[in-house]
Amino acid sequence: MRDVKVSLVGYGVVGHGVVDVLNRKKKMLREMGLSLKLISVSDHTGTVFAEDGINAEKILGERTLQNVATCSMKGKEAVSAIDSDLVIEVTPTNIVHGQPGLGHMEAALSSGKHVVTSNKGPLVVSYGRLKKLAEDNGVMLKFEATVGGTMPLISLVERTLGGNTIYGIRGIFNGTCNYILTRMAEEGIPYTHALSEAQDLGMAEADPSYDVEGVDTAGKVVILANALFDMNIKYSDVDVIGITGVTPEALALARKRGYVIKLIGDVPALTVRPMLVPVDSPLAVAGTLNSAAIYTDLSGTITVTGLGAGSIETASAILTDIISIYRTKRIDAIF
Amino acid sequence: MRLSMDLELQDVPGQLLLALQPLKENKANIISVVHHRDRKTPRGTIPVRLVVETDRSKLDTIKNQLKNSGISVVRAGEDRFIEAVSVVLVGHVLDSDLGDTVSRIDSTGFAEVMDLALTMPGVNEPSSAYLKIRATGKTEIQKALGILREVGREKKLLVIEPIEAEAV
Repeated sequence: MRDVKVSLVGYGVVGHGVVDVLNRKKKMLREMGLSLKLISVSDHTGTVFAEDGINAEKILGERTLQNVATCSMKGKEAVSAIDSDLVIEVTPTNIVHGQPGLGHMEAALSSGKHVVTSNKGPLVVSYGRLKKLAEDNGVMLKFEATVGGTMPLISLVERTLGGNTIYGIRGIFNGTCNYILTRMAEEGIPYTHALSEAQDLGMAEADPSYDVEGVDTAGKVVILANALFDMNIKYSDVDVIGITGVTPEALALARKRGYVIKLIGDVPALTVRPMLVPVDSPLAVAGTLNSAAIYTDLSGTITVTGLGAGSIETASAILTDIISIYRTKRIDAIF
Repeated sequence: MRLSMDLELQDVPGQLLLALQPLKENKANIISVVHHRDRKTPRGTIPVRLVVETDRSKLDTIKNQLKNSGISVVRAGEDRFIEAVSVVLVGHVLDSDLGDTVSRIDSTGFAEVMDLALTMPGVNEPSSAYLKIRATGKTEIQKALGILREVGREKKLLVIEPIEAEAV
């Protein structure tokens, strides 16, 4: 049995999902030979710490840790001070400076802890540096959950398609935009109406620009370009057009000729823009779904689709990353 | 170069073979042969459409040889527009001189706008246009899209291009 002490930083929607999933999957993980012990959870109000594992039921009902915190340590301080093997970083993302996640990841990696994250910001801002930090300290940095949520993409390319040359990846990487465009096409309603619908359903933020202006998609393009294509690019290298200019009439005209309009991120072209996608293309998924087409030399085109967001779904991608860290180790140990 | 030819054959045995002979002699590569046996012309001849790959310089020789064999050549020439692409434009498509937008493509000589549909929901609201552009080849399609992108930047139009089926 491999004992792994896990610290969680960030206790929002995804953080709750992580606590829930780790608790639910305890037995299954044990059967795999992995005993994951969540020894600390931190947010902006403080930290819950328990050497022999936190009782998930006790904290899942709390929106923040304010009433259950056992110490006042937060953020970087907690990451450095707590003796864990692996840090799950799920604080709110910021793709301009990457903080606070960037600081958390640096602290974790430099003290020899693996990092698993759903937080795009730090990777968009300084992927190269974080990767080097991980290598220098002999630990891993895993981030499947940052692109396409639960939809397997990074591990699919890195592992399953290992022997292939990847020519490019194009896809729908933002569920909110896809929901808005789908509703506009189905109902012929204007953009503003579809947006307010998405906001009412809790799918879009009060300030939706991050999604609808293509910023979020561009962040994912940066991560894919750097992680899978070794491109060493910045956010400003991506040519971005959002969906705010798309009209229901444009969608109707396209539909008549057999197309839907989707916000497509493209690597290595480094573009984010609304594009015509044939209705019968496997990329043309509706609602909040994400999809990605991977163009390869040996396997042709492979298309994946799945939920791009959600608490449990994102936690699932995080769990996959955790398992893969210890599986990799085991394979290394054999040879 | 890809050429297409419309021929009319007498309705007697062996005519199609006779028509293909000059192509063989001039080493033209046949892409397709469509023989409309059931669609006779009022004259009682049978229309045949051929698409061949050959040098333009050989076209006259081929035509003459066909005529000498008693086959009538209705039309022969470059099959120019073999690729097409759909594009949607959003913005003040009409007010920003739609005629100019179209002629920027048409004036290239290698591409032209073959279909256009316009929706204008209100006077001050952005209109949306669907354009089908055809061109002499894939590279020319990309060039035409490049021109549209430039026009889009200039006239502040959103240019929605089709996603490529394969990685470029």
